[in-house]
Amino acid sequence: MSESASSIRYINRPHPVTGVTNAKLGIWCFLASEVMLFGALFSTYLLLRTGSASWPHGPATLNVPLATLNTLVLIFSSVTMVMSWASLATGNFRKYRLYLGLTALMGCVFLVVKGFEYGHKFEHHHFPAASTFYAIYFTLTGLHGLHVIGGIAVNLYFLFRGRVLWQRDPERLTNRIECAGLYWHFVDLVWIFLFPILYLL
Amino acid sequence: MSGHLSEEAVKQHVRIYRRVFLALGALTVLTVAVSYFHFSVAVAVAVALFIAVTKGSLVAAYFMHLKTERKIVWGILAMTFFFFVFLLTAPSLHHR
Amino acid sequence: MSGHADPGLPFWRKYIFSTDHKVIGVQYAVTGLLFLLFGFGLATLIRWQLAYPGQPLPLIGGWFAESQMLGGIMLPEFYYQLGAMHGTIMVFLGVVPLAVGGFGNFVLPLQIGAPDMAFPKLNLMSYWLYFIGGVIMFASFFVPGGAAQSGWTSYPPLSVIASDGQTWWLIGMAFLINSSLLGSVNFIVTIVQLRADGLSFGRLPFFVWAQFVTAFLLLLAFPPLEAAAVLQLMDRLAHTSFFMPSGLVINDAVVNISGGGNAVLWQHLFWFLAHPEVYVLVLPAMGIVAEVIACNTRKPLYSYKGLVLSAVFIGFMSFIVWAHHMFLTNMGTVMSTFFQVTTMIISIPSVVILTVLVLSLWGGAIRFNTPMLFAIAFLPMFGMGGLTGLPLGLAASDIHLHDTYYVIGHFHYVVAPGTIFALFAGIYHWFPKVTGRRMSETLGKIHFVPSFILMNCIFFPMLMQGLAGVLRRMYDPLQYAHAQAAQPLNVFASAAAWLLALAQIPFILNFFGSLFWGRKTGENPWEATTLEWAAPSPPPHGNFLEAPHVYRGPYEYSPPQAKSGFWPQHVKDPR
Repeated sequence: MSESASSIRYINRPHPVTGVTNAKLGIWCFLASEVMLFGALFSTYLLLRTGSASWPHGPATLNVPLATLNTLVLIFSSVTMVMSWASLATGNFRKYRLYLGLTALMGCVFLVVKGFEYGHKFEHHHFPAASTFYAIYFTLTGLHGLHVIGGIAVNLYFLFRGRVLWQRDPERLTNRIECAGLYWHFVDLVWIFLFPILYLL
Repeated sequence: MSGHLSEEAVKQHVRIYRRVFLALGALTVLTVAVSYFHFSVAVAVAVALFIAVTKGSLVAAYFMHLKTERKIVWGILAMTFFFFVFLLTAPSLHHR
Repeated sequence: MSGHADPGLPFWRKYIFSTDHKVIGVQYAVTGLLFLLFGFGLATLIRWQLAYPGQPLPLIGGWFAESQMLGGIMLPEFYYQLGAMHGTIMVFLGVVPLAVGGFGNFVLPLQIGAPDMAFPKLNLMSYWLYFIGGVIMFASFFVPGGAAQSGWTSYPPLSVIASDGQTWWLIGMAFLINSSLLGSVNFIVTIVQLRADGLSFGRLPFFVWAQFVTAFLLLLAFPPLEAAAVLQLMDRLAHTSFFMPSGLVINDAVVNISGGGNAVLWQHLFWFLAHPEVYVLVLPAMGIVAEVIACNTRKPLYSYKGLVLSAVFIGFMSFIVWAHHMFLTNMGTVMSTFFQVTTMIISIPSVVILTVLVLSLWGGAIRFNTPMLFAIAFLPMFGMGGLTGLPLGLAASDIHLHDTYYVIGHFHYVVAPGTIFALFAGIYHWFPKVTGRRMSETLGKIHFVPSFILMNCIFFPMLMQGLAGVLRRMYDPLQYAHAQAAQPLNVFASAAAWLLALAQIPFILNFFGSLFWGRKTGENPWEATTLEWAAPSPPPHGNFLEAPHVYRGPYEYSPPQAKSGFWPQHVKDPR
């Protein structure tokens, strides 16, 4: 894309001083805001737990094997996500689609496992209203789950529109996948903290 | 091509990704195993957070390429972390 | 009227769903001004109940529903809706969208020499999310039970058990918060990445620095309120007990919830946003005042570094003072001491900024045009607001002043004759750039003089009432004996408020009249130095015919060698 006075710079090439494209800086700023969003919920967890006389023991109340599986699923999906970017960076479009599809699939697996977890809880009448433990458990994992759904949606968009975008502007698609990856890794990162805090303590 | 990374550099990255994946898997197993020990609250929390921070750092540094980012990104994250700590701890310290 | 969009686009993409920052800026500004007017209207109704409690509202009393005014007499529930929504609308739908969405969007890319914001489509989304949030807030008046009525602060447990309007408020806030988040990402990336060649951070107009710091406040402080809104929605809809303590009894019945929650948790999460929010309200205003003063004194600002360092320091400190709103919640002494200390510290950079702006007037060849009048008036008004904040920031005096009219007087001084005056200055200053026409100076002065006098007539009495112990959020001002003595102040303030409403008519006439009949103007009617005055009035799509290069700082007024009396930033050799 030629650059004239009226075109926005640093969409594809990084800024010489900051070293990032606009989108990459933008997504890091967005992730910073997400840290504060989940931070508020972790703060809530800390306050509710330290303020209560008794708090359920994670392993005794929640399904640790399923959550461990989910942790490994998300970590694996993080690898496939970054591999999809690396494939584009080396010009391998087919591998990009394979890895991106795997990432979306792993995301769906995560949600299905989560669905089993939630369903089991609801069967036993453990709803958010039951206690502050369940309230914060469902809210934290629920908000995280919504973020997973969002990530899957974005990834599916790039999966299905990939060929058109790759043909139109391969460098731009590579950068966009890197940014989508940053978001996806963040979702994985949140779970890396959620898992021990809710399930193991 | 990404425009700022050579093919060889990307292959190098991929080797690192594989190693990080194995490390993350091992640390996951470790954190679950550790939970079976009956530590005191303080120790259990410290160990769990230490492992989580280690895992998180690996994801951030290598998968998110944070290791090679310049000051601007690090600066924003450092500032965020500072405020995050206040947000996390202050409500629980209300009665101090 | 505003910047022309890309030729060849259909009308709805040029002016309704535009990605051009100038069109979006105007959309934000117009919507914001309409909400300011509406919010002011709510205040005039509040002032009737305060001046003449229990009296039927003359002329328009019959316009209201029976659930609002029975026989023209205001019901308590409606009074509290007016109070909660006046605050919400003024802060979130009026001032910030105008100051940040309006002025920020329109002026910022021009002042840094960029063709647009970094993310034009995101910008479009930001505006429409704001618009939807505004519609939800407005519509909430018409749901059964009326709008939110637990204060703009929405404290549980009251807000959790309140009627449906509160749910609408929470959902509306979610839309507004997301709009703001997308906008702040856009502003930060634009300022960092898209500055013109030669425009280092040290050459940025102070207005840009102010918007930059403001964007970080919005980015990092709003998410906790979004989380809190989710938690309150959970409490209201899913009957969780995040904020509901154990053993709660309402209307003689034990509430059927798990309990174990903490109402003060909401306050922490709310004020974590709401304190930085007040700096969001004032920093852009300071930015505007700095630009107008530099331009109309024909000399550089007294200390550019002082202004910038202070603004950055304010931004940083603003995140760690929030609990000074919560001194009366059984706070421990360590926490209380910490927040008092940080609060006292944050007053220092505010004073530095104010002092620099005042000193900037010294020795200037001052042009007392309308924007300058409003900008100069900002200084003592913000000074009053800031000084009256000090006894609130110290816990000992706050015990007596918390939740009294003193607080209302304090924050209105900063926001009303403070920020809003700065916004008026900005409108008069940049109207020529946006429209290519001048506003009437005569009407501007007729707008300014009564507005300035009446603002003081409304809010100074509140300081007196608060010191006398008159509590805020009281439907019946005569309920307590000690408040009855202060009732004449209520009548006086209300009369001033209604006159202030009339005093805005010259502004409205001027604004619309000038759109059609204002004297046409060129690029730089004010002979200013910053980059936006290098573009045509109004600027075309893409803003600049050639990408500008910057050669100097933003306030080179009256340098000795200059023939024309000022050196614009983009002119290589102005001699």
